[in-house]
Amino acid sequence: MTNFVEFKPVSDKQLGFFIDSSLCSSCKACQVACKDKNDLEVGRRFRRIYSLTGGGFIDNGSGAYQNNVYSYNLSIACNHCDDPACVKNCPTTAMHKREGDGIVRVNTDKCIGCGYCSWSCPYGAPQMNKQTGQMSKCDFCVDLQAQGEPPVCVATCPLGAIKFGPIEELRKQYGVLSEVRGLPSSAITKPNLVIKAHSGAEEGVTNHA
Amino acid sequence: MKYKPNETRESEKGDFTVNRRRLLQAGGALIALPFISSKIANATSKALVSPSVARREERIVQTCSTFDCGGKCDVRVHLSQGTVTRISTRPDSALDEQMPVMRACVRGRAYRQFVYHPNRLKYPMLRVGKRGEGKFKRISWDEATTLIAEQMKRIGDTYGPAARFAHVATGVSGGSFSGDKMLKRLLNLTGGYLGYYHSVSMGNTAAATPYTYGVAASGSSLDTLSETKLVILWGHNPTETIFGHTNYFYKKMKENGTRFIVVDPRYSDTATSYADQWIPLLPTTDNAMMDAMMYVIVTENLHDKAFIERHTLGFDEQNMPEGVPANESLVAYLTGVKDGVVKTPEWAEKITKVPAQTIRQLARDYATTKPAALIQGWGPQRHICGERTARASTLLATITGNVGVKGGWAGGYGGIASRKFMTGIVQPQNPVKATISIMNWMQAVEDASKVRPEDGLKNADKLDTNIKMIFSLAGNYLANQNPDINKTIKLLEDESKVEFIVASDLFLTPSAKYADLLLPETSFMERWNIGETWGTGSYFMLSEKVIEPDFERRSDYEWLREVAAKMGVEAAFSEGRDEKQWVEYIVEQTRVTRPEENLPTFEQLQVQRQHLFKSAPHVAFEKNITDPQNNPFTTPSGKIEIFSKRLYDMQNPEIPALSHYVPATEGPEDKLIEKYPLQLITWKGKHRANSTQYANPWLQEVEPQTLWINPQDAKNRQIVQGDEVQIYNDRGVSRVPVEITSRIMPGVVAMRSGAWWNPDKDGVDRGGCANVLTSTRMTALAKGNSHQTLLVEVKKA
Repeated sequence: MTNFVEFKPVSDKQLGFFIDSSLCSSCKACQVACKDKNDLEVGRRFRRIYSLTGGGFIDNGSGAYQNNVYSYNLSIACNHCDDPACVKNCPTTAMHKREGDGIVRVNTDKCIGCGYCSWSCPYGAPQMNKQTGQMSKCDFCVDLQAQGEPPVCVATCPLGAIKFGPIEELRKQYGVLSEVRGLPSSAITKPNLVIKAHSGAEEGVTNHA
Repeated sequence: MKYKPNETRESEKGDFTVNRRRLLQAGGALIALPFISSKIANATSKALVSPSVARREERIVQTCSTFDCGGKCDVRVHLSQGTVTRISTRPDSALDEQMPVMRACVRGRAYRQFVYHPNRLKYPMLRVGKRGEGKFKRISWDEATTLIAEQMKRIGDTYGPAARFAHVATGVSGGSFSGDKMLKRLLNLTGGYLGYYHSVSMGNTAAATPYTYGVAASGSSLDTLSETKLVILWGHNPTETIFGHTNYFYKKMKENGTRFIVVDPRYSDTATSYADQWIPLLPTTDNAMMDAMMYVIVTENLHDKAFIERHTLGFDEQNMPEGVPANESLVAYLTGVKDGVVKTPEWAEKITKVPAQTIRQLARDYATTKPAALIQGWGPQRHICGERTARASTLLATITGNVGVKGGWAGGYGGIASRKFMTGIVQPQNPVKATISIMNWMQAVEDASKVRPEDGLKNADKLDTNIKMIFSLAGNYLANQNPDINKTIKLLEDESKVEFIVASDLFLTPSAKYADLLLPETSFMERWNIGETWGTGSYFMLSEKVIEPDFERRSDYEWLREVAAKMGVEAAFSEGRDEKQWVEYIVEQTRVTRPEENLPTFEQLQVQRQHLFKSAPHVAFEKNITDPQNNPFTTPSGKIEIFSKRLYDMQNPEIPALSHYVPATEGPEDKLIEKYPLQLITWKGKHRANSTQYANPWLQEVEPQTLWINPQDAKNRQIVQGDEVQIYNDRGVSRVPVEITSRIMPGVVAMRSGAWWNPDKDGVDRGGCANVLTSTRMTALAKGNSHQTLLVEVKKA
């Protein structure tokens, strides 16, 4: 068991992430910086990059290949949802959504490690800490935010493809898209996530050769 | 048209079912981690201290790595009680747009696992088993340095100083004050050594480019591309390789609306990030596509006639050097006057597998978009035909008038003449004048009499002795990164050939296993140095010793100094300076040689941490183009040489005076393809710099070693996702899990380079090291490496 440390709300508005999937190269610096900051062993990744590839090759009739291949990446952590399935399914109230900033955290003083949160989250955010037998997840780097610093993933991205802030402001600036091919329907948990889609995520795209 | 969805595509219906499992499936390859052994996983948790950010009282030091990694990115080490507890990087507020320093990439963020890895070497060790067996016993530093001094003397006295060789050292050669430089200093002071030339990274293009321009430095600073409308990245993958601060500028260009076309057999992460269009072509056929592009440009009258007339030699028959027979010009070649083959897109289509219409459109786009930048990476020049490919990009740039203009790009090597570097230490002269290509070293071990000038020997008619002693300082090139590992290790295993091998490294790499004496080197966090970036970046950063080395680890300089003392040359070797004082000396020397830069003193540098060499935007060859009378090109004709008389006079079909396509040995037109029908290429994975950081468990999690194969080729071989496959040719066998993906074109398979060779009892490599399959074949002009050209077959293991 780890000692649960509480922090005051770091914002009076719901926080969220913006992911520029059109730019993300899957460099995974965010994934590893998150592991470094949270001391995560191999297998546990609070932030994960999903690569989606589609399209293929056909012979053009002259022996050459025509292709419509596309590939894009989605860097996904916890979306600190408005309607978090993990919180709803937690039998001990350990998994909770904070007032104010809306960050979803696990209170490890209460968590019994049953794993229901993990199974109910469509994004795979809660992950078992096998050493403690309790759940663990992205806490939006609430400790860094309490010191006025950005979450480590945001401060890491070499191309600036991850941003964070009050979700309403992100939506004003970047739009309201929170699901693209590769992500679950946003209707399930109402994620606080804004995505700029890669051209490959659009239906019927044939932009090569 | 309807394509069959590949393995990572979502459900047939098109919409994603609401289900976490399916989300995981979409990233299936990321979830399965076949290479992460439980041993490494356990090592991870032990290696980490477990601090919580909120509790720490810490000091943050800005530094950078100094092994041979492309970025020299800003790495900020958080220190608490002498231990690194976390790594961060440059905040936005510290960005200088004129000379941006990149934020640390995935490799930089994983350094704690590198520095605190439990498998790091701890003590000096002497080999006890057969060479290569990997059995060692612990000895003292005094014994180790005595032994080195004795062997250096004995071998020098017995065979002559040219029997002593310092191998490629990418693990330490990325800093101003590196172990390999100081080793060469010691060798020079004690009689000399056999030196080598050629860079396996970019030596072929560096050798070929001057035949067009007179010099190799054909690159412009990237800020000159801000308004370029079209960029063609030809075999260039800066997103994964990390090439200085290239990504910073490409991102800005993308935002400004620059169109990016990526030419690469593989849909790289660079393509994911930037490409508006991806054009895959068969490896080694680049020249056919470039020839056809030139054919389209010339026959459709899209070439820059005024530019060609004013600045070039060899475009058409009217403009050829003296003493060359008819029909050798570029136009004559393209239109088939000489060989009867018209270099149409339809001709190239059959060779390259790129549709003729795609080639035609690319040629038109490139020739009619002014300015346009065709930027060639160093992948294509690592082929057996790479010199020709490098030169073809210079010809394309030339006939479209993209040389010497802002927003254009001259092609070729790409190094930038305006970059500034530190003033290095002055090397005492090497009494041995002869040098070999790095590709000659095996021959010089086996039988030095076979290394003749025509094979790559320079500054001598013959070599007097075989190589008898090798130093390999954090250099995995001894075995792992050298082509044809199975051939290489046979030489190394023979103790009658090389008599003494010293390896100094952080880990027991596959190369270090061949050491007679194995030394535990420090990481960049445990020594003083200065980092200087590759590519287009122009700055230096202090790499401070932030933690004390554990166990008996010593930096190369420390033990070399002890060896120097035992050989009686300590005073001349060290000049009385310790490591930190040498770094200070380098800074002070650079202040003297670059007074205009107003460089910080060493004291100031310890606060300021870095110095950005800011220069005006540099367009390569701008003066040669704006004022050719006063600034002729440094070629024999003073012009851009489309046709090179110097190459013509070599009368070697592999070195044409123009850059044209010649089917490659072990390329897709080689008969060998009937036996080995797939071309294998490698790429530099984002998770390591060459083979450095291979052992890092966080980075193994980022990208497990796999073979990429197209769904069509997999299907033909009854291979399904997750299968282990054997990749083989006459030189060796490697066995890894397969990754079936349409991100690689049919007929080509690909592996990440730099994985550690791991042979099983049958000699089958289980590490996914492509160099059990690569050949030692040398390029014709540069006598360089051809790591990228090879044929294989793949079958289910």
